[in-house]
Amino acid sequence: MKIGVLALQGAFAEHIATLDRLGVEAREVRLPRELNGIDGLIIPGGESTSISRLMVSFKLRDNIKSLAKNGLPVLGTCAGMILLAKQISDSDAEPIGVIDIEVKRNAFGRQQESFETELFIPALGPEPFPAVFIRAPLIEKVGNGVEILARLADGTVVAAKQKNVLVAAFHPELTNDLRFHRYFLNLVSGQSKQKDRI
Amino acid sequence: MESGTWKVKTGLAQMLKGGVIMDVINAEQAKIAQEAGACAVMALERVPADIRAAGGVARMADPVVIEAIMKAVSIPVMAKCRIGHFVEAQVLQALGVDYIDESEVLTPADESHHVWKHDFKVPFVCGCRNLGEALRRIGEGAAMIRTKGEAGTGNVVEAVRHMRAVMDSIHELVNTSQEELMAKAKEMGAPFELVVELHKTGKLPVVNFAAGGIATPADAALMMQLGAEGVFVGSGIFKSSNPEARAKAIVQATTHFQDPKIIAEASKNLGAAMPGLDIKQIPAEELLAQRGW
Repeated sequence: MKIGVLALQGAFAEHIATLDRLGVEAREVRLPRELNGIDGLIIPGGESTSISRLMVSFKLRDNIKSLAKNGLPVLGTCAGMILLAKQISDSDAEPIGVIDIEVKRNAFGRQQESFETELFIPALGPEPFPAVFIRAPLIEKVGNGVEILARLADGTVVAAKQKNVLVAAFHPELTNDLRFHRYFLNLVSGQSKQKDRI
Repeated sequence: MESGTWKVKTGLAQMLKGGVIMDVINAEQAKIAQEAGACAVMALERVPADIRAAGGVARMADPVVIEAIMKAVSIPVMAKCRIGHFVEAQVLQALGVDYIDESEVLTPADESHHVWKHDFKVPFVCGCRNLGEALRRIGEGAAMIRTKGEAGTGNVVEAVRHMRAVMDSIHELVNTSQEELMAKAKEMGAPFELVVELHKTGKLPVVNFAAGGIATPADAALMMQLGAEGVFVGSGIFKSSNPEARAKAIVQATTHFQDPKIIAEASKNLGAAMPGLDIKQIPAEELLAQRGW
């Protein structure tokens, strides 16, 4: 199994380190040809405008879109979630749009409002998950077929999944808890088994 | 829910990695920077080249300037306070900036002490010339480090010197035996606990950017290849003849720092870079990098 990590800007090294701890091969992706032969893709946290400009300049946006539409498992954290969403509420930027959610950027405020909390994520088991929110977005609306994976205590949706696309407003790559990445890798191995059957 | 923790302070710097932080003096420049792909902007009243030319005392920017920039863009906004001026830092925190740069580019307010940065919710970035200075700043609570270089010169030589000094000392420390660590800490003037931690992990506990004199896409890629995790560009963009194109090119070269073909492509048709200064022509007392203790 080989996981590509979009390495245009942001915390891609942290995702690669997490994959390394799980014994999974990772590949930095900066150009379209580096998408060849990967079994899954991670779009990391960073600055969504910065990553978005670079994605367009280096022709990655449309390639990623068609791969995701064809079933490639994709995980987006924070900026990655913004880029994968169908709609960004406070911007006219055109995201990749492969998960039917509407997101709001910097939804909790500026850096002073960045926070850590424990989240209950049923899909990961009963133990609470340590979640780090940095100038984080939130999910304002979810469409049909989108599974809500986690909410804050006030009900705010902060993680979701639609078929092969998984998103989180927080940063599992900044903690030592490997369960979120493991959940994504299960999605990847499920997908490749399905492919084998076809 | 806990805010202002070490994890969220250092975490924001981790999100800036691989990116370019650009000096801007108004909302219009901030928008150009964001459009070009900057991962953050530094809100200033004057860029370092102009501070250098004007002389006199350089202070924190007018809050009106900072607020106008914060309103204009969605990317993080940083602002500078003078070394040791903890009230300027308090004001910047009250304004809601995302990062404070306790900077040698401004005239120091205290010639012995830096701000005790642990008391703030907003994270700080500080300049360094060597590993000891970096670890002293981290000990005081800096959640991000940058080389000082020599700001406002358009000359990368000092940034290279400082980055090499930091990287060489890290390699040396990793290969030092345990019983030598206390003497090393003493020699560098660095907190012992941080020296021990670095000896174990082999890397700084916070993100390290390059700054001070970066003016071209190749300069940015050079600093990245030397081990920087991202770059600050001060006067280099808006003192050049075509800021939009240069800003975008430096962003691309920072991402693709290991790909000379892309750096070559990005370097085409950018117009004139900012005029540079030979460091040797600057009187010793006017060097900004020597500020900081």
